[in-house]
Amino acid sequence: MVRYLVPLVIFFVLAGFLYVGLDLKPREVPSPFINKPAPGFQLQQLHSMNELFSNKDMLGKVWLLNVWASWCVACRQEHPVLVDMARRGEVPLYGLNYKDTPNNAKRWLNEHGDPYTLSAVDYQGKVGIDFGVYGVPETFIIDKQGVIRHKVIGPVSYQELSACIMPIVNELNKREQIDPAALAVLTEVRKACT
Amino acid sequence: MYLMRRYIACLLLLGLMAGGAAVSAKEAAPLSADPELEKMVNEIAAELRCLVCQNQTIADSHADLAVDLKNQVREMVRQGKTRDDVVDYMVQRYGDFVRYRPPVKPTTYLLWVGPFLLLAGGFTILTVNLRKRRQITTDAPLSEEEQQKLESILHSKNKTAGNKKGEDY
Repeated sequence: MVRYLVPLVIFFVLAGFLYVGLDLKPREVPSPFINKPAPGFQLQQLHSMNELFSNKDMLGKVWLLNVWASWCVACRQEHPVLVDMARRGEVPLYGLNYKDTPNNAKRWLNEHGDPYTLSAVDYQGKVGIDFGVYGVPETFIIDKQGVIRHKVIGPVSYQELSACIMPIVNELNKREQIDPAALAVLTEVRKACT
Repeated sequence: MYLMRRYIACLLLLGLMAGGAAVSAKEAAPLSADPELEKMVNEIAAELRCLVCQNQTIADSHADLAVDLKNQVREMVRQGKTRDDVVDYMVQRYGDFVRYRPPVKPTTYLLWVGPFLLLAGGFTILTVNLRKRRQITTDAPLSEEEQQKLESILHSKNKTAGNKKGEDY
């Protein structure tokens, strides 16, 4: 009897592993930057090349940094979501134009609409490497102290925006400092996202 | 008109040949002026995972990001950074996942010890099975009763066999 049960048990264990594997996202590598200060940068602005944008300018505000490029196909998918979000004006959205040519980038924004307060030009992709960017688009949520609190890899969906990004932004907006209790709340909210 | 066409065809052909020559010249271009440095860069790159094509090292991959990261490695090596410096730099940005050789720490104990556990488990099952088989096949002397039974069976068989033989004839 046992001899016939063994293959059956092995089958169910394997099937269990495979079933869990269906929901895993091996492409989404957990970012080591969560709850760490965002790497500093100072870059030219896409629409006024003489002016610089530094993430230090954003201290005191909760904001989103969206890494995008005109050559990035998945960016088209998330773009309407970002445009809608910007229209509602709930959270400032800044772009990091990653490894793109300014002309292509501007044309792309003219065509699809520009949801960004401004876009910083990362022509060589160095800032991208500093932020651990590996799959455009990526979106970082940065708090008032300039600490990265969440990262979305891949296109942002409406579902992700309402269930994940906005709750985190609202939590962050509620407080000036992130103490351990607040961190616990944030971790809880982030868990619900994935 | 005919001459003209011929002339254009010649020009096109020449262009093709020149293009071919240019391509092969590009392939032959050396990677770097400093082979020592290039060797070091490749060694380090072979330990780093390309995050776009996750089962390749950045040494093998031709993804844009892999090329960028390799350039970054080259730059750092040129600045005199050691292998550990470069790996730390990458881990800081991309996490432990970027290392092809994961570090030994509580979350990776199972990963490192797992194969040996499986091996030990396999050996245990093998030994148990071998023991069982030996028990089954050991020759134990027959008891008095068994001996008699055996003989009576053999006897009756011989008889029936003999009868059969007799009938056949």
